[in-house]
Amino acid sequence: MPTISGAQALIKALEFEGVDVMFGLPGGAILPAYDPLYDSPINHILARHEQGAGHMASGYAWATGRVGVCMVTSGPGATNLVTALADALMDSVPMVAITGQVATTSVGNDAFQEAYTTGITMPCTKHNYFVTDANDLANVIHEAFYIARSGRPGPVLVDVPKDVLNAQIEWKDPTALDLPGYKPTVTPHPRRIKEAIRLIEQAERPVLYVGGGIIKAEASDELRQLVSAMNIPVVTTLMGRGVVADSHPLTLGMPGMHGTYTATTAIQKSDVLIALGVRFDDRVTGDPDFFAPEAMVIHADVDPAEIGKVREAEVPIVGDAKAVIEALIEEWGDRPAPERATWLEQLHRWQREKGLKYDQQPDGKIKPQFVIEELHRITGGNAIVVSGVGQHQMWASLHWGFEKPRTWINSGGLGTMGYAVPAAVGAKAGMPDELVWAIDGDGCFQMTSQELITAAVDGIPVKIALINNSQHGMVTQWQRLFYGGRLSASQLGVGAVDYVMLAEAMGCAGIRAETPGEVAPAIEKAMSINDRPVVVEFVVDRDEMVFPMVPAGGSNDIVLLGPEDL
Amino acid sequence: MQHTLSVLVEDKAGVLARVSSLLARRGFNIHSLAVGPTAEAGMSRMTIVVEAPELEQVKKQLHKLINVVKITELDRERSVEREIMLVRISTTSGARSDVLEIGAIFKATVIDVGQSSITFQVTGTPAKLSDFFELVRAYGVIDMAKSGRIALSRENKARKLKAVGQ
Repeated sequence: MPTISGAQALIKALEFEGVDVMFGLPGGAILPAYDPLYDSPINHILARHEQGAGHMASGYAWATGRVGVCMVTSGPGATNLVTALADALMDSVPMVAITGQVATTSVGNDAFQEAYTTGITMPCTKHNYFVTDANDLANVIHEAFYIARSGRPGPVLVDVPKDVLNAQIEWKDPTALDLPGYKPTVTPHPRRIKEAIRLIEQAERPVLYVGGGIIKAEASDELRQLVSAMNIPVVTTLMGRGVVADSHPLTLGMPGMHGTYTATTAIQKSDVLIALGVRFDDRVTGDPDFFAPEAMVIHADVDPAEIGKVREAEVPIVGDAKAVIEALIEEWGDRPAPERATWLEQLHRWQREKGLKYDQQPDGKIKPQFVIEELHRITGGNAIVVSGVGQHQMWASLHWGFEKPRTWINSGGLGTMGYAVPAAVGAKAGMPDELVWAIDGDGCFQMTSQELITAAVDGIPVKIALINNSQHGMVTQWQRLFYGGRLSASQLGVGAVDYVMLAEAMGCAGIRAETPGEVAPAIEKAMSINDRPVVVEFVVDRDEMVFPMVPAGGSNDIVLLGPEDL
Repeated sequence: MQHTLSVLVEDKAGVLARVSSLLARRGFNIHSLAVGPTAEAGMSRMTIVVEAPELEQVKKQLHKLINVVKITELDRERSVEREIMLVRISTTSGARSDVLEIGAIFKATVIDVGQSSITFQVTGTPAKLSDFFELVRAYGVIDMAKSGRIALSRENKARKLKAVGQ
């Protein structure tokens, strides 16, 4: 029987799982695995920092719906990956991370580039493995992929010591999974479905509160059927933007701290709240004691620990979102869709009277919201939009009209600044035929912009709309609102960076727009460049703040629509 | 409020760290934790006594660990729980016979005797151990160690009778 090395087995196991693209950065302990990769059909994208490799895998997973894969070395390679893992755990992103480790004979001896990777990553992965026998590699990788993508998805890390990679073994295809403690509940209990329909039938002011779980379950089509069959208005959380088109007459937008007045208030006034694939995050609920005070809650999630964690549910349903929605539609049967005229008229009045607003003067400073809307107009909305964290993220979520799932990628739960550039590279690597626009802030961009070198060198032509207000904008906003305008350590320096020059230095095209009239031409120019990444810097009004806003920890009954409400 | 959980886990490296790390991260205080093998190969049982206002979240979070196979909440009425305690008591005050008498009442075993101390092994419910400890405390306790609680649910009598009826 011919033998192969553990490293060859590892790469073969990845090929066996159907991996086409992976992201990583080599180093001492993982070097043996990089050798067989040289001959593998897997396309490896060389990140410039391990955190970048992790976010690339995340962006790839969001855009494609497949498991994102990254591989880094031991010690600092693994610790640099921790942020990306924690991010993926919070946002339930299916990922498999391979880390090199010092040889088993050196483990525990404080060897060069040794870190206790499985210990460090235990609380920020769905599961992790420390492989001590090369014969286990095929099964461990198979299990890792299964765990990453099934149930509530999440990151799984596999730590492989160098001597395990160098060992000689006989390859055996992975055997059946042996996971006695892991059996996610997919099919909902029929009694719960009946109870849910009974509540929905009696509801006068129902609201569907839906999020990322719908995307993970690929349940958007079913959700749209449910919306039509029951004529229920929908709010989509930050992670669920696009699961129902923003152009749909029953869509109210994003709820919560920076949500639309109508979405936030509809939940507050609802009598039945149907929560699907959401987790009652504090950015949505505000003070949970005042959240949806009149509502009976139906809460469906594939993760039972989410049900009742923040808000007690009158009807708890454990199950995969797609299976739950299908069961609800079936149980609803051929009942006619209720008219709900009073409720819908109320919501539409709020939409008319309390809609999003900003004031773009033709000869004034560029408003960031105007940039987003121009970008949407010129691209026709046909793009995957990736963002970082902060003001630009909220403006993008509020002002971009999302029509499809998997066209909005951002860091929600962990709020990881610097997510946009590497995640955009990962999304474009997974969906090379799609237009990928990152909408980034200057604070975020300075954290991970070096991944544009990866994009330029590996021919991944992403486009970056850089909303530059020369400050950590959200921090500045809070300091203006709650800290007496004392701008402590939030200012990045006006004109401190020449982003056009920086972009060009990294092999990208650089474009700058400084007046409202330059916005559209700059975007059009960026759209015409497809042989390399493009960075378009929009020098925007530094005083612009994100509204609507519910002050942190406050009741969602008080929504500030603009600075005049302060 | 204290709750006793019997947690069946896969006997894999790091499983104790996973369980204790999770409990710490979610803010649940561990009162005692005892681990050992079970009758089934490849499985271990952890008996965990946790302080938590309500147990639902603890159980659900523990269930998310891939290596956790089964969680049973044990209530006092429908379970048996035992603990072992070793206590070394000073006998310099000439109270050796008093201490031995208390030991006999509690069916404690003398496992070490010296010039100035005597060491007992006491087995029983946490309440019994705590009663014994309170009684001997006055004589001067030099040292004490407890195993942590281990527990099993009692046989379900109703189910057994039903099975017999069929």
